[in-house]
Amino acid sequence: MRPYMPPDSSSSFSDSLVFDNVAIDLDGHRLITLNARIAPGEIVSVMGPSGVGKSTLLAYAAGFLAPAFRATGHVYLGQRELTGLPAQQRHLGLLFQDPLLFPHLNVGGNLAFGMPASIKRSERRRRIESALADIGLAGFAKRDPATLSGGQKARVALMRVLLSQPHAMLLDEPFSKLDAALRHDMRQLVFERIRARGLPALMVTHDHADAEATGDAVIELLPARESEHDGMLSSPSNAQSSAPGLQHAKR
Amino acid sequence: MANADHLPDSQVTVRPSTYARLLVLAPLATATLLIVPILVGLAGAAGPAFGWLPVLGGKTLSLDPWRALWDTPGLGSMIRLSLVTGIASTALALTIVVLFLGAFADSRAFIWLRRLLSPLLAVPHAAAAIGLAFLLAPSGLAMRLVSPGLSGFHSPPDYLFPGDGWGIALIAGLVIKEVPFLLLMSLAALSQCQAEQRTHLARSLGYAPTTAFLKAVLPTLYPLIRLPVYAVIAFASANVDVAMILGPSTPPPLAVSVVHWLNDPDLSKRFMASAAALTQLGITLLALAGWWLMECLVACLGRRWLTDGRRHTAHRLGQWLGGGSAWISVTLLGASLIALILWSLATWWPFPVLWPTPLSLANWQRALDGLWPATLTTLALALSSTLLSSLLVVGCLEHETVNRRTMGTGASLVLYLPLLVPPVAFLFGLVQLQAQLQARFALSPGFFSAALGHCLFVLPYVFLSLAESYRRLDPRWSQLSAALGRSPAYTFVRVRLPMLLAPIAVAMAVGLAVSIGQYLPTLLLSAGRLTTLTTEAITLASGGDRRLTAVYALAQLLLPALGFAIALWLPRLLHHRRRARRN
Repeated sequence: MRPYMPPDSSSSFSDSLVFDNVAIDLDGHRLITLNARIAPGEIVSVMGPSGVGKSTLLAYAAGFLAPAFRATGHVYLGQRELTGLPAQQRHLGLLFQDPLLFPHLNVGGNLAFGMPASIKRSERRRRIESALADIGLAGFAKRDPATLSGGQKARVALMRVLLSQPHAMLLDEPFSKLDAALRHDMRQLVFERIRARGLPALMVTHDHADAEATGDAVIELLPARESEHDGMLSSPSNAQSSAPGLQHAKR
Repeated sequence: MANADHLPDSQVTVRPSTYARLLVLAPLATATLLIVPILVGLAGAAGPAFGWLPVLGGKTLSLDPWRALWDTPGLGSMIRLSLVTGIASTALALTIVVLFLGAFADSRAFIWLRRLLSPLLAVPHAAAAIGLAFLLAPSGLAMRLVSPGLSGFHSPPDYLFPGDGWGIALIAGLVIKEVPFLLLMSLAALSQCQAEQRTHLARSLGYAPTTAFLKAVLPTLYPLIRLPVYAVIAFASANVDVAMILGPSTPPPLAVSVVHWLNDPDLSKRFMASAAALTQLGITLLALAGWWLMECLVACLGRRWLTDGRRHTAHRLGQWLGGGSAWISVTLLGASLIALILWSLATWWPFPVLWPTPLSLANWQRALDGLWPATLTTLALALSSTLLSSLLVVGCLEHETVNRRTMGTGASLVLYLPLLVPPVAFLFGLVQLQAQLQARFALSPGFFSAALGHCLFVLPYVFLSLAESYRRLDPRWSQLSAALGRSPAYTFVRVRLPMLLAPIAVAMAVGLAVSIGQYLPTLLLSAGRLTTLTTEAITLASGGDRRLTAVYALAQLLLPALGFAIALWLPRLLHHRRRARRN
């Protein structure tokens, strides 16, 4: 089912990430409904006020949904169904708000952590070096991650995910903790890499600039309860249906 | 307990309130209470070890006590037992805890076990040990369960438990009490190392859950629980009560021998006992050093393993071993309690009958005469030591809060000092000193010194139990109160204290449980004059009366359980009344 991939190829998997009739409930209340097909290289943004269930959707896709939630529907990567798989078999690269570099490993170790075990030691070292050079951090392999700046940490975290050869990306407000100048550069870098590899990506964000920068589709999630009385919302694309959850606007 | 790290001088100096200045006394008093008795105690053991004990006529320094100790038959076995049981039980307990956390951190089983933790921790060591002996002995509950049907035994089989020469019974008894303790300590530390996010990250990179925990969380978790682990090693290598009940007797572990020699009618044995007490200190340090070397070895060997990219290492094994062994140790503890209950109600219970008939309260009635005064003494000791400890602990934490100090490594070492130095080493010296003082100032051993002795062990646990909640309280509550013009003292009484009532109550219940479980300090510092439930249960356990032993062990267990019940119920009651008034 997986197309053959030479180990360090950056060509595409050309599989779409598909959300098929996904519905997530909490205590009997419908939180989110979603139908979406994300093409390779496409970065779909999920927006909405905090507490609406953006992170829940991401946790569901990644396989970490807390037991309190109930979910129905299916998630596919191409033909492969992900829904029943444990998180570690989904091959979805997750990029968090925080870079979450392991303090017990150096920068090179953090990158090696993401690489498949099948790659031998000398090759691992070579790829670490080239990945670091790629993000302007050549020679940083032995550094303690605590000594890096915020932007450097974010770049290392991105490379760690990419070295793990994911089949799709999930971005959880990845730029929200960076300052304005860095945010722009990091956005460019992340989007460019995702597109270069032809990965479908789902990005949760509350920053409109993030969504605009992708130029791709935006999904607005509205609060389930407040959406029943209109006008309370300050959502920009308010012309949509007020059914809780699903609003899929293609721009 | 706080580090005096100086804040940079601000232009405007605010004069600290009397309350804030009074609070400085709390860490001072606490440090004094914890350090002085231990140093004095160790010094008190060092004198007689080199022949100096004027009361008994030792007025010249000599190496004779060491020679006598050296010539004691079985010394090598005693030392080996202490070392092996100490390190093996700790390694086993830590492995169980780590694998369990790795395999089950997100599961429902985990939530269940988490609820069981506090009651399990409250079970005194002696009661757990007695229960385990009743469960696994040749005529114990476990053997009855499989006899004669599965095993074919019509009379108890012939194997030695408790008291086997290898110390397996002793190791098992230590492990079932260490697992809940290490689990609780790890849970507190997990929140500090982003455990959930990191396992999620590692799993999204393709790592199996156990492997994700071992490679992404454990390397930062372990340094946070290192001191508790060291405390477990120190306890396991030097404990007396569990070893007296479950350990071998010919020869026993070194710490037990020290107590025997100390209580020997031949007073000249005290010189040798002192030398042995110092040797015990050395053995515990050796066990700690050995463990530290293993740590370095594991860290060194593990470094490449961490980044080799293998995603499933130890996963299956970890899940089986972690799940299985954690439940086995909890089940053993639970089944031990059932064994205790059955024995306390049994009258005629021949092997291999599983259920004793008739059940009666006769054993309890028979025990009542002795049980009542022992309970009162136990309670008096527990209440006084817990009250004093809680007062000091709250004082220390208030000092941290009000004077904005943080606790440094030195301060945590002081806190762990009584848990790291073998009690038998320093208590013994304290007893020698007490004897000197008694001879000179007619200061008799008894309740007061025993209660202070209990504080040495109660205080660290009260602190460990309360500190996390105290430090996590949102500082804005206090800032709000100050902004409304309230003094720090008023804020403490009317804001922090009520908000922290629940954790304070639990910490006090922990303190009571620790005090109730104390054996050695009670025995030694009161010169055997105080009879508590614990001293009585342990004395009875070495005799043959299982029914009476079970009654005392259960009473010893019920008291702390009662403490926890009150601690959980009291804040709810107050809360409920507040809500009722509002409606």
